Order: sequence, then C-alpha cells, then structure tokens
Amino acid sequence: MTTQFFGDTAILLGRSLRHITRSLDTIITTAVTPIAMMLLFVYVFGGAISASSDSYVNYLLPGILIITIASGISYTGFRLFLDMKSGIFERFHSMPIARSSVLWAHVLTSLVANLISLFVVVLVALLMGFRSGAGVLAWLAVVGILGLFTLALTWLAVIPGLTAKTADGASAFAYPLVFLPFISSAFVPTDTMPGPVRAFAEHQPVTSIVDAIRAIFAQQAVGTDIWIALAWCVGILVVAYVVAMITYRRKTA
Amino acid sequence: MTAAATAEPAIRVEGLDKSYKTLHVLRGVDFEVARGSIFALLGANGAGKTTIIKILSTLLRADAGSASVNGFDVVARAADVRESISLTGQFAAVDEILTGRENLVLVARLRHLTGAGAIADELLERFSLSDAATRRVSEYSGGMRRRLDIAMSLVGDPRVIFLDEPTTGLDPQARLEVWRAVRDLAGRGTTVLLTTQNLDEAEALADRIAILHGGRIIVSGTLAELKKLLPPATVEYAEKQPTLEDVFLALVGEEPRKEPR
Repeated sequence: MTTQFFGDTAILLGRSLRHITRSLDTIITTAVTPIAMMLLFVYVFGGAISASSDSYVNYLLPGILIITIASGISYTGFRLFLDMKSGIFERFHSMPIARSSVLWAHVLTSLVANLISLFVVVLVALLMGFRSGAGVLAWLAVVGILGLFTLALTWLAVIPGLTAKTADGASAFAYPLVFLPFISSAFVPTDTMPGPVRAFAEHQPVTSIVDAIRAIFAQQAVGTDIWIALAWCVGILVVAYVVAMITYRRKTA
Repeated sequence: MTAAATAEPAIRVEGLDKSYKTLHVLRGVDFEVARGSIFALLGANGAGKTTIIKILSTLLRADAGSASVNGFDVVARAADVRESISLTGQFAAVDEILTGRENLVLVARLRHLTGAGAIADELLERFSLSDAATRRVSEYSGGMRRRLDIAMSLVGDPRVIFLDEPTTGLDPQARLEVWRAVRDLAGRGTTVLLTTQNLDEAEALADRIAILHGGRIIVSGTLAELKKLLPPATVEYAEKQPTLEDVFLALVGEEPRKEPR
C-alpha cells in the first residue's frame, strides 16, 4: 500500500512537473511581481527608508522571498481547480491508485515550482547587490524554512483549490497573503508603527520568519525568532493539512 | 443468450437510493447488465444517470441499496471494483497540456502495466490518433479528444466500461466514430454501460435499454420489447424524406476524417 502510494505519487508528480516545464511563464509571472517590488523598494523608496541598515537589498530580500511564495501558491490552487473541473480527478479516483497521491503530487509540484521561483528572485537580488557571508549550512537552513513555509501555504491553497466555484476564486485567496509582509518587519522595522499595527505586525508569522532569515543571512544569532517562525510554519501546516484532507475526503467519498 | 444469461451479471443494482440535500434523485433503482453486452440508460437531463455512474465507479456513495460490478460490492470491495472498471465521464477527462501519447502512457503507468509505450501506440493506432500522437491535446478537436478519452479508458482492458453521455457535444461524424468504437468494444467482450439522452444512440448501440424517470427505472428491455409496449403501427405509405442528418452526411462524407494540421 505504501509502496503503491509512493509509486503513484511519483508518476503523478511527473505529470504535473511536465505542466510546470511546459508553462514556464507561470514561474516567471510568479517571480516578476516580487522582483518588481524589490526594484521599486530598493531604487525608488530605498533611499528614503534605509537609514539604519547599510544595504537595503539585504534588509528587504527575506520579505520579498515570502511574497514570492505567497504569489506562487496561488497557481497551486489554480492548477488543482483545473484538475477538479476537467474530470481528470474523477478518472484518477475511479482507477486503482492511492487517492491521496493525487493531492500529494500537486503539493510536491508546488514545492518544486516555488523553489525555482525563489532561486530566480535570489539571482536578481544578487545582481542588485545582495550579499551574505552565510555558509552552506546557513543557506540550507534558509531553504529549509522557506520550504516548510511553502508546504504550509500550499496545503492552505489546496482548500480553495478543492472548493472554489471559479478559477478566480481558487487563486484569489493568495492576495491577502501577498500583502501580509507589508504589515510586518519585511520592509521597515516595526518600532515606527503605531501601537495596534505594531502589535499585529509583531505577532503575525511573516515577521518571525523574515527576522529569522535576515539574522541567518547577516550571520547573527537568530534567537527565539527561529522557533517562533518554525512554530508558525508547523502550526499552519498541520491545521491546513487536516482541513484540506477532510475537504478532500468529503469531495471524493 | 446461453452462457451469458446464466453467468453472474457484470453489473447488478438493487434498490439504489440517493438524495442531494433536498433533491431526491434516485428512488430505488434496480437493473442488471449481462456480461459482454451494451446497456443504455436513457433519461432526460437531471434524471440521475450520472449519479448512478458515479455510484458504480466508486466516486459517490448511495444512501441505500446495493450495487456490484464484476461481482464486487462497490462499497466493501471498492479497490477491486476500480481494478475492473474504467470511467469515461461526461467531460473528456484528458490532460490538455500533455500529448495524446503521454496521456495514454500516464494511465498505463498508473495501472501498473508493463510496456506502457507499446500499449499507448496500439491504442493510438486503433483510434486513428497516431498522426496526432505527439501533439498536445489542447490542439485536438472535440471528436479527437473524445476518442482519446475512450482510448484512455481502454488501457489495461477493463472488464466493464462506463460511458457517461459519450457523444454529447460532438458533431455527427465524431458521433459515428464513437459509436464504432463502442460496438468494437462489445465485440471484444467488454461490458458497456452507457448513458444518453439521445434516443437514436440507444437504438443504434444498445442490446438492452432502460428508461430512468422520476428516480426509477420505469421500463427495461430490448428495443423490440420496448417497441411492443406501443400499439402496433398501422401500415401507411409515405414518401421517405431524408433527414437533415442524412443530407449533412451525404454532403460531407461519413468516413472518419484525417485530422488536419
């Protein structure tokens, strides 16, 4: 049963990865918005904002990476919606294959697609002067956090992907996620914000994740941020996974 | 009608009942389909034809009643049922981004068959899709999609095939191509359960026809049996007028098209 699950997932993963490689434009689109924001903030607003940090790109990149993931997972919801609607899910479900493989293939594809987008964004940041003395292990830690965050948001994206009535509905939920970094420490330090905004900014997941990644890049001690960040990621992941699986069972039972 | 009549039916449905919220769709549906036969479920839109197909293909659970396919109960032995069947749903369930051949290979691999490539090539040939094998399905015509869809359902030679309104939305030639494919299937011993709202289709294809109305099978039998339900026709002489379909097919030709591009 488990070997069948892995085998089926691998076959279906091959299918959706082919979707990605044949519509590379979605990966480019995913990367374009965050790159445009990075250009805007560094070259237009950057001079006015940046006083404390020596390089604003260095300050900005972690938040931009979060935005990249948030816009990337909306495509996961969209692709899932298309499969639901086209009837190919019904074909898969009437075949002797592990049913959860069908979802896992989409989730793993989302992970791969987002890692490619993130890679593109980091390359652009390097061209714009981003520098970090972080070693291989530190980079792996960053990839690990971002991968976990992608996985958590992907399972979140699965829910509207399964339940949406229209393609817009399947991807629209990502917009608030894209804006979450604006009310966080991603662009400016939180201490200049008025009370309630600051309270929100300091207690939402993006700030802890951004602060943790920023500290790793700057080779500073990450402190408790990393644990708060991981707790948020795992928490969202578990809740979203459970809700998504219940929704899936209800849809396919 | 000797061996087939005594052998266990390929599909047996007893007292099937299903409601969606306030809508009572099926109210005790009973029927049997003999092995190797073509059985048409005839009914208007919303009569519950698709609901029956979904229950039989393990996609949906009935509220009451029982159903078995190839001897396996659809609830208790769902995995065995899935090994025995193939579903061609109302909308062509093909992957638009993959090529025709890749679609077939995908299904063959998911059915854990060896020689997926050879199986794909054989089916492409059989459904006159060899020329289009390496093109993406998004470029296919409606008839080609439907043929690919049916070809995908034949991978691994399932014992029972469900065809849910296989010709809806197809032009007359494409419909004839699908009809040929269905007859060919039954000729190879596959059991076919097809739903349609098209009376000609049931008449042209089915060994037995059941009419689903008001959530029940109101009549069931061979075409000849159903015709006996009406008073015998009086013989009148009338000039035979060609139907528009006859005209259309005479003008454009009936043979399967060689696909352009």
